[in-house]
Amino acid sequence: MSPIENVSRRNFLRGGVFAAGAFVLGVRFHPGLLTVDTLPQDTHVDLAKFHPSIFVGMNPDGTVWIVAHRSEMGTTIRTSLPLVVADELDADWKRVKIEQAIGDKRYGDQNTDGSHSIRSFYDAMRVAGATARFMLIQAAAQQWNVPAAECETDLHVVIHRSTNQRAGYGELAGAAAKLPVPAKEQLKLKPKSAWRYVGKGEVSYDLAELVTGKAIYGMDARVEGMVYASVERPPVIGGKVKSYDDQDALKVAGVLQTIPIDPFQPPPAFQPLGGIAVIADNTWAAFQGRKKLNISWDNGPNATYDSGTYKNELRETSHKPCKVVRNIGDADAAFAKGGKIYEADYYVPLLAHATMEPMVALAEFKDGKVTAWAPTQNPQAAQDIIAKELGIAKEDVICHVTLLGGGFGRKSKPDYVAEAAVLSKKVGRPVKVVWTREDDIKFDYYNAVASMYMKAALGANGKPTAWLQRSVFPPITSTFDVNAVYGDPGHLQQGWTDIAYDLPNLRIENGPAKAHVRIGWLRSVANIYHGFAVQCFTDELAIAAGRDQVDYLLDLIGKPRSIDFTGVDYPNYGASLQTYPWETGRLRHVTEMVAEKSGWGKRKHSKGSGVGIAAHRSFLTYVATVVEVEVNDQGEVRIPRVDTVLDAGLVVNPEATRAQFEGAAVFGASIVRSGEITATKGAVNQSNFQDYPVARIGDAPLQTNVYIVESDAPPAGVGEPGVPPFVAAFCNAVFAATGKRVRDLPFTSLGFS
Amino acid sequence: MIQLKVNGADQSFSGAPEMPLLWYLRDVLNLTGSKFGCGIGLCGACTVHVNGQATRSCVTAMSDAAGKEITTVEGLEKNGLHPVQKAWMQINVPQCGYCQVGQMMQAAALLNSNKKPTDQQIEDAMAGNICRCGTYQRIRAAIKSAAGEMA
Repeated sequence: MSPIENVSRRNFLRGGVFAAGAFVLGVRFHPGLLTVDTLPQDTHVDLAKFHPSIFVGMNPDGTVWIVAHRSEMGTTIRTSLPLVVADELDADWKRVKIEQAIGDKRYGDQNTDGSHSIRSFYDAMRVAGATARFMLIQAAAQQWNVPAAECETDLHVVIHRSTNQRAGYGELAGAAAKLPVPAKEQLKLKPKSAWRYVGKGEVSYDLAELVTGKAIYGMDARVEGMVYASVERPPVIGGKVKSYDDQDALKVAGVLQTIPIDPFQPPPAFQPLGGIAVIADNTWAAFQGRKKLNISWDNGPNATYDSGTYKNELRETSHKPCKVVRNIGDADAAFAKGGKIYEADYYVPLLAHATMEPMVALAEFKDGKVTAWAPTQNPQAAQDIIAKELGIAKEDVICHVTLLGGGFGRKSKPDYVAEAAVLSKKVGRPVKVVWTREDDIKFDYYNAVASMYMKAALGANGKPTAWLQRSVFPPITSTFDVNAVYGDPGHLQQGWTDIAYDLPNLRIENGPAKAHVRIGWLRSVANIYHGFAVQCFTDELAIAAGRDQVDYLLDLIGKPRSIDFTGVDYPNYGASLQTYPWETGRLRHVTEMVAEKSGWGKRKHSKGSGVGIAAHRSFLTYVATVVEVEVNDQGEVRIPRVDTVLDAGLVVNPEATRAQFEGAAVFGASIVRSGEITATKGAVNQSNFQDYPVARIGDAPLQTNVYIVESDAPPAGVGEPGVPPFVAAFCNAVFAATGKRVRDLPFTSLGFS
Repeated sequence: MIQLKVNGADQSFSGAPEMPLLWYLRDVLNLTGSKFGCGIGLCGACTVHVNGQATRSCVTAMSDAAGKEITTVEGLEKNGLHPVQKAWMQINVPQCGYCQVGQMMQAAALLNSNKKPTDQQIEDAMAGNICRCGTYQRIRAAIKSAAGEMA
């Protein structure tokens, strides 16, 4: 029996369209393949004969349905969490079908960011699988009239060895469904030695669909009767339409109407930015019509923002005493003693996400309710903002999650999903809002521009006797609070207040900066600029001290210990310090290991080539990276090799983890080479890949070798932690190769390309 | 009326002749494998074959597609998978996957004209295709693997 026939047609159309798997093939290319339905959402799991949990269900044919409630943007999370369920269930992965959850608070947090999906849900997935397995064993034991304790499972079967009885999971599903769901305490989780999938990994459940073009992204969503929208937004954040003339736009073939969208009331949060939408019967007509709009803007309070002036202001602020966020000893007294004092300013500009799939969303408002389909990292936030914008209840908003063509944090902010819903209400039809690349670059929630001032006094053997670091950046909180100017603990912790070094006199400060664009989180977030400053300054000091960088780095990290955060507002990425202490020994270990793996100090480097190292903990994962570069006389930089070692505790899916760290190196290469958003008179200057270039094949490392430390520590993040050490190690390598110190990113400021 | 062949089937189009082929494929024919990434031919996500040549469909007007044979990923291989697709699976290239159809169409065109490309030839041929997830080293490996299979 095919899984399609197990459910009603209504449910199939509603819940199944975006779930990858064989059943999608049959309907994918039919027009009007989605139907709009605002009835309560039952999943295949809910409808399965046996469904002891909201995450897992089973039918008598043995098919196991598992809900993926986190968004798939390329990390393989849609596969890796279900893999944990399947492992505890002892299920045959080939008989598992994965369905994507809608936004629904019953699943708990669904905001797929912060590299914490495995960390936060590993236990819940194990429990879901173990619960089902427990009940299948109970059902078999009752049927055979033997003690459950004598029964065991093997791939998709329950076995009682002494009586030589076996029953497939499917056969037992009906009986298991009648049993009470056991308490968590009754469960016995599998020992590591019995794990089938965890630690071994699997390729993406969607791999075949991804290589055949059948995978459905937000850009590919369609419903019957939908129209397309393209929105001309105020060029300056906080601006609004003064007047507009749409006569020429309406003359474009295919254009149906234009619709104004209200400007937002500060703070922006996830509200639509406002502007004029052009509605058309195809995407291209909407784009063309939009070009013919004649709009007069009121640019609002940010119209004087100039990113060049702003950079100078950040730097000036960082040169004055700021708010102290961590202090050890008395740095000023130590500096006053004189000795060799080193200072340096580091700078990282605004960065855009530039996901390959621009923002896009489809929504239908009907009978007071909304159904949306979106490539979102955060479907519950999409429900919230749609409900708020339309004045309806959150429960009346259904948000389906498609595959995401990249996310990197941008798609956690559902402003674009809200636009589609607002427009659908005004048009009276389903509306798909398609952002152009230009919209994506100009209306991002940028990673903060940041200036870091570093100062150290070196004593005997070049070791710092005092260390001062100040960072100044417009905080992410400014997007949600118009008065926010200081970094919040959640971002100051990122490679800043948690500096790994064992220093007698340490002062860490943060200065105020007002935001003039929407600030958001991008892969690794504040770790990017903090890690860059700390790890490049360390390299500078090592060289000043005449020390080998690895030796010096290990010296600064000091003895293995758990960092004492007494008196520091240090959230530890939301994890407890008992479960996830900050262990310097693990940072030492990855540093030593990457030195060994990369042949540090053993390989000869010809003129114009060199290596750099950096070590950084973020999202609870310890990473050290060595980058090798070759720079020619024209300043063209190649990256022949990268070695990176990570300790992320238990790694569920090593294959996916290697891919994330390979990708992180490329992401970091984009940041160093060319990542820069600037603004003039409040409007962003960049627009597309010609002026916001990202790494192409020749710009990327030729080979990134990823080494995973075997560990039984609890699982930590893998999506983001590869970026910060790469950025610093890359810049340190450029210095080794050329003698030019990269302090301002991107490195084009020094003539490199 | 513009006549063209898409994946072997005759099609006619009576809309605006300046409409890019990409939007005709996606919005009219509902062949959504080819992706919109930049709209100005800079990222390669929209790559299709026009008379066998890798072409950016987002900057190819329908009038320029007239009389041509268009192949999209949906028609790349009639039976099963193209060697490039097999290699992409074997090497586990995709992360988010959004750009990968364009990457594979570009790679397939390369291998059609050059059975055994060098590293530099691979780099030159693939330079117009952006992958923001950063799968380039696997793309290189997959192209070599597919070349081996096609040889």
